[in-house]
Amino acid sequence: MKLSHALPVATLAVAVSASAQEITVATVNNNDMVIMQSLTSEFEQAHPGITLNWVVLEENVLRQRLTTDIATGGGQFDVMTIGTYEAPIWAERGWLVALDDLPDEYDVDDLLRPVRDGLSHDGVLHALPFYGESSMLYYREDLFEQAGIEVSEQPTWEEAREWASRIHDPGNRVYGICLRGKPGWGENMAFVSTLVNTFGGRWFDEDWNPEINSPEWQEAIGFYVDLMNNYGPPGASSNGFNENQALFSSGRCGMWIDATSAAGRIYDPRESEVAESLGFSQAPVAETPKGSHWLWSWALAIPASSERQDAARQFITWATSKEYIELVGEIEGWTSVPPGTRTSTYEDERYIDAAPFAGFVREAMENADPTDSTLEPNPYTGVQFVGIPEFQSIGTQVGQSVAAALTGQMPVEQALESAQRTAERTMRQAGYYD
Amino acid sequence: MNTSRLQRFGLAVLAWSITCVIFFPILWMFLTGFKTEAQAIADPTLFFTPTLESYVAVQGRADYFRFAWNSVHVSFGSTLLALIIGIPAAYSMAFLPTRRTKGTLLWMLSTKMLPPVGVLVPIYLIFRDLGMLDTRIGLTVIYTLMNLPIVIWMLYTFFKDLPKDILEAGRMDGASTSQEIFFLLIPLTLPGIASTGLLSIILSWNEAFWSLNLTSSRAAPLTAYIASFSSPEGLFWAKLSAASTMAVAPILIFGWLTQKQMVRGLTFGAVK
Repeated sequence: MKLSHALPVATLAVAVSASAQEITVATVNNNDMVIMQSLTSEFEQAHPGITLNWVVLEENVLRQRLTTDIATGGGQFDVMTIGTYEAPIWAERGWLVALDDLPDEYDVDDLLRPVRDGLSHDGVLHALPFYGESSMLYYREDLFEQAGIEVSEQPTWEEAREWASRIHDPGNRVYGICLRGKPGWGENMAFVSTLVNTFGGRWFDEDWNPEINSPEWQEAIGFYVDLMNNYGPPGASSNGFNENQALFSSGRCGMWIDATSAAGRIYDPRESEVAESLGFSQAPVAETPKGSHWLWSWALAIPASSERQDAARQFITWATSKEYIELVGEIEGWTSVPPGTRTSTYEDERYIDAAPFAGFVREAMENADPTDSTLEPNPYTGVQFVGIPEFQSIGTQVGQSVAAALTGQMPVEQALESAQRTAERTMRQAGYYD
Repeated sequence: MNTSRLQRFGLAVLAWSITCVIFFPILWMFLTGFKTEAQAIADPTLFFTPTLESYVAVQGRADYFRFAWNSVHVSFGSTLLALIIGIPAAYSMAFLPTRRTKGTLLWMLSTKMLPPVGVLVPIYLIFRDLGMLDTRIGLTVIYTLMNLPIVIWMLYTFFKDLPKDILEAGRMDGASTSQEIFFLLIPLTLPGIASTGLLSIILSWNEAFWSLNLTSSRAAPLTAYIASFSSPEGLFWAKLSAASTMAVAPILIFGWLTQKQMVRGLTFGAVK
């Protein structure tokens, strides 16, 4: 009697496990991810038995949502989109599935070294890079030619200031230089950190004491505020990546230093009025070339709480594979392929032909070293961020102080003093020192 | 005579200016939804060739009706539940007050003073263990709890305005407590109950913290739909505006249709 009851149940269980598995993928609304979402049917055709369910959220909402779910083991997501900041921190806590047994055809050695290192914990990958970026200098060749400026292979910040002064023409609404000013650890502080690095400063000394009021920080922030007030667009403190991209694409900026991942879009005549006259070079340097350009990657990871890890693994290896890049190149065009992840992309003739900036991007990415990003040694990993959980809060508060200095609400020295005190307090509370 | 006319004119101008200031962002969002992404970030202008491009793109990316149905389900469900609990609670507080009634009322209101993020993790854990994450029932329960203090407070003030004698007369005629509530209290305070319900629906519709944190895909309401069109890299204002317009449209129309009821309810009792 009991057996006859149990049998149909067992059959049912087998039937359920063999039928379609639905995996939930949490991601952000960036162009490359929108393309990934549009290729859902390609994946589902190639992997019968797996269907994809998308949850798209704004970056900060996504970060909070994922942190809550992963910290409580909620198991709401099977694939998460995270960055080089989260990957090692979450991996250390055992929140992510280790990706150490990837199939041969995935060709893990093809991944760009710094990106791969950035997504690893104890030498084991915990997230697969979907796209990666560094930062570089974009400029308008037509304006530079008119002004008779030759851009060197490795510009310095002094040169950049001089060029900005010559191009700046606010009467015609053309501004010398556009830089991020909107406060946030991932907004203005991403750029400001690289500036501080190249001016010889660092976030923390080797004993985790904040150094935000050091002479190097003062000099870097003083330079930044001065540069933006003299040759920047009005209201720069509300400009983030998107706003600057819009300004640059509509011809308002002579120079713009920002993410290499913008190159594809500002080189696309459908999105940009300056596509024809786009020039690019490495991000400027000052005291040291170390840490003068950042390194970031958006990556796909599997939370340890997922109950469908095998299906999730099939999806993330597909979305970060050579075949996927090929697929996007064929369907969307080669300037739209996810950049900054694989050596093979940069050796592909079709990509090099379509994207003249490819070489610069590859060089910038390969030269960025998150483990050695400042002139004097530091205890952390990360170029434009510090790979500790406390950084989100410190970075955002310091970002607000820097924005206050930019708008003239307080002098640079005072802004950095207050930032220093905030950072000291947070670090003391976190137990780094007494 | 002259001064009062002038005063009235001044008041009208003031009221219209305030209305314009409050309504302007909604108007601008509505207009931006009909622009291209490039126009949306260009210098502001009122004159442009409208396009439905953003609406098409938005509908192509996510199924609006699934999100909208979740919103309707959750906001109406939670309001109904809150009224079912709130009416008897407010009845007992208004007509049978004890020494602790005032304290209880204040205590209920004080729960609104806690920032929701403070209880996010405990609630998330409870929901995880009860299997209520990403379910409409879970969200309905949370919204009911969220709106219950306001619902009880509003009902309490409406009920208090009702002369006690009417209920006593009913009692003299032999009405039981439930008959008293159903045949006297509810019909007599219906405008108040309706406006309480409407407010609760609007608050639930607009709630964005819990809906974003406790749902992922199946139970995600329109707030999650809007959140999916903002982007850290790439232009999104036109699409975000189109999505937001579609998200606020139902509740805006609902608000217009029930405006009379709302105003009548909110001023109910005050004119007596």
